[in-house]
Amino acid sequence: MSETLLPHLFRREYSKMTAVLCRHFGLQHMETAEDIVSDTFLKAAETWPLKGIPEHPEAWLYTVAKNKAKDWLKRQHLFEARIRPEIGRDTEGMATVPDFEPGAIADSQLAMIFAVCNPVNPPEAQICLALQILCGFSVEEIANAFLTHKETIKKRLQRGRAALRTDEFRIGLLDEATLQARQAAVINTLYLLFNEGYHSKSNDRLIREELCAEAMRLALLLTQNEKTNSPETNALLALCCFQASRIGARNAADGEVVLFDEQDRQLWDQELIDKGNYFLVNACSGNTLSRYHLEAGIAYWHTTPAGTNKWRYILDLYNQLLLLAYSPAAALNRTFALAQVYGREVALEEALKLDLSRLSDYHALLGYLYTGIDKTKARHHYRQAMGLTVAPAARQVLQKAIDSLD
Amino acid sequence: MKEFVLIFRLADMADARPSPEQIQERMNWMGSLAAQNKLADKGNSLSPVSAKTVKPGNVVSDGPFTEIKEFIAGYVIVKTETIEEAVELAKANPIFKTGGSIEVREVIVRS
Repeated sequence: MSETLLPHLFRREYSKMTAVLCRHFGLQHMETAEDIVSDTFLKAAETWPLKGIPEHPEAWLYTVAKNKAKDWLKRQHLFEARIRPEIGRDTEGMATVPDFEPGAIADSQLAMIFAVCNPVNPPEAQICLALQILCGFSVEEIANAFLTHKETIKKRLQRGRAALRTDEFRIGLLDEATLQARQAAVINTLYLLFNEGYHSKSNDRLIREELCAEAMRLALLLTQNEKTNSPETNALLALCCFQASRIGARNAADGEVVLFDEQDRQLWDQELIDKGNYFLVNACSGNTLSRYHLEAGIAYWHTTPAGTNKWRYILDLYNQLLLLAYSPAAALNRTFALAQVYGREVALEEALKLDLSRLSDYHALLGYLYTGIDKTKARHHYRQAMGLTVAPAARQVLQKAIDSLD
Repeated sequence: MKEFVLIFRLADMADARPSPEQIQERMNWMGSLAAQNKLADKGNSLSPVSAKTVKPGNVVSDGPFTEIKEFIAGYVIVKTETIEEAVELAKANPIFKTGGSIEVREVIVRS
């Protein structure tokens, strides 16, 4: 048996199968759904080495899961029937068998995304839950991605799951009103998930790329259903495509981050840039202008050659982004764009108005702006930036900047 | 944190139709405020054309121009600790290049 088949199937099918079962049983039985899927994979791990890999491994998994689900439902049904003679509304749907047809899988996954991205949980918990439930990540992998202890992640997941169970959200329904109401939370979680991968503190490149890929896979699912194919979703996906097109060029062979100006543009993924353009056009089909539109616009200009007026457009987009919602990152990036358009002195004046001296990135920006104006101050701020970050990649970049001052 | 309305007054109608450069300058000023996290409300522009003044005795006249030469072109709301700080923010506005002025007024929340 191929050593990689089962882990591969696990990664791909686990979340799908859990989604189908969760939708069937209801969110309060999430653990049962996960147990059944885990049991199914356990059975595969035991049987396949002895009897050989079935001709259609996915179909085999679905059948086993379906049978296990049937058994559970039968027991549950008996239990319910004896304890409560007045069998409620929920058992109606429960008596039937879960459906593993492709359309049903897609619907279930979509419903699951909306169930998991629930504003009752704080954003970081939503991301953890999304990684575990929607993407099949282990606790250890999540902890690795966040550079956090396993116990912290475990607790976060437990609290998050408890909140999901008690929430009224009906996962079975995919009606317009429910989808509308939660769309913003879903898109925000996917956005954070992508950023977690793209800007992750973790040095593990594989896991970071996987986070980005998962966020894009889920966003793509949203665009494939007409009910969730909104301008914001398309804008988010465009943003992801543009950013992801540079992942290869951004990481040097030794794991060091390659700064934008120093990247080999030949390494940019043109296919992803084209896809980004496609989704950006789709995003502009209505009158919606979300932060994702603006950020996708900025990311788009970054894919264009230097020398044009691109920094003026980028500056303008950052201005608009800040008017829509303040964030320290946008404030810093706006100031950097200002330097590209009006020079470092103008930008420096603006930078000094920002009250962000607690941030490493703020001092890195000041270091950059003072370069060529005041070497001592430039060095001072680069050093302060170093003192405020533990991320190895960021420290390497700062050390390089300090070295090149002399 | 207090809120202050910055009221823009323009001297000349023509300035209500700004050039692309002027738009860019205004936008940069707003962006600067927002980057400092001192923008409470990006406010609005007020039309110089679609404008009437209503007076006692059902007297309605076109525009706000009967008594004041300058007209109000728009407003934004900033959030700062003191009025002096709000004044500093106003000073950086490009409106003064064309002879306009800015009135800074603290918002008194109605109870």
